[in-house]
Amino acid sequence: MKLAAILVHLNPVAIPGALLILIGLWGILARQNLFKIAVAFSILGTGVNLVILSVGYIRGRTAPILDGEAAVASMTDPVPQALVLTAIVIGLAVTALLLSYAVRLRSGGGGSSIEVHGDEKW
Amino acid sequence: MMRRYLVGLILIGLAFALFPLLRQAGVAEAPGPLASAYLENSADDFGAANVVTAIVVSYRGFDTLGEVAVLFAATAGVGTLLTRRRLGKAVPPPGRQGGTEVLETASRLLAGLLIMFGAYIFIHGHLTPGGGFQGGVVVAVALLLGLLAKPDAQVSHRVMTTLESLSGAVYVGLGLLGIVLAGGFLDPRALPLGVVGQLFSAGSIPLIYSMIGLKVGAELSGIIDALKGDRS
Repeated sequence: MKLAAILVHLNPVAIPGALLILIGLWGILARQNLFKIAVAFSILGTGVNLVILSVGYIRGRTAPILDGEAAVASMTDPVPQALVLTAIVIGLAVTALLLSYAVRLRSGGGGSSIEVHGDEKW
Repeated sequence: MMRRYLVGLILIGLAFALFPLLRQAGVAEAPGPLASAYLENSADDFGAANVVTAIVVSYRGFDTLGEVAVLFAATAGVGTLLTRRRLGKAVPPPGRQGGTEVLETASRLLAGLLIMFGAYIFIHGHLTPGGGFQGGVVVAVALLLGLLAKPDAQVSHRVMTTLESLSGAVYVGLGLLGIVLAGGFLDPRALPLGVVGQLFSAGSIPLIYSMIGLKVGAELSGIIDALKGDRS
């Protein structure tokens, strides 16, 4: 009963975000394929973005856009939204770089598995 | 086997660390002082209806300039890593087929509409949800669709480079205009603010965001073209 009460009060955007973070970290740690690791980084980034967005969410308030009807007092926090906008673009840049490194490593021979490139470790 | 247990332990630990954050997310009654100040002042300061755009382009304009620079650096990195000199000439895989009739016709039909929709999104960034980054991505999707339909098509590098450097230069130029005509670098009050909610309002914010949109569209098209793998 108490657990159900806690679950109801959890933020509905933060839970999928946390799940995506866990799935992404699992993919980074447990997968072998370089391209799957790049996808896992992307999933992890999406989860982090969702969690940051949920922190700025205020129950019952609207999007921070002034259009005459919505009062300033009924808007959510715009700062996390602006930060996530930045984070999404940087995440995309990171994904593109990861993928091109993966293409480079694969074209050097040895397939897409990270185990083959063990001598690249420090 | 050991490794699998370790991964499980790390995941369980992270889940425990995240749980308090989940319980705290979204329980605030009102935005903090800084966010409230942004919400109350953005219409008077810059005449921007979309407060998020006012923050991204004006209040934190330096962040966005740096972000565009990071995106440019990433594009340059992708271009440098995947050159013919490093990887050798790529031979297209033997069985590669072009798009089907449906895909080709649809991409011809949709390309113009997608570019128009992307331009709509970045021109209206100060009024509606959206802006330069979102619009730029939609413009790049038009190119991706075209490449899916015709995999052997070549993207003109000269057009992309010209578009990208021109929009970047105009972005910085508009920022410098703010020093001359208004309070400082990237100050949108260099141009008349107009009435909140109209297309020609918010000073130079729509122009800056359009330049960002063109730049992001050109850079993402460059990344797509580099990852396509035809190094001829």
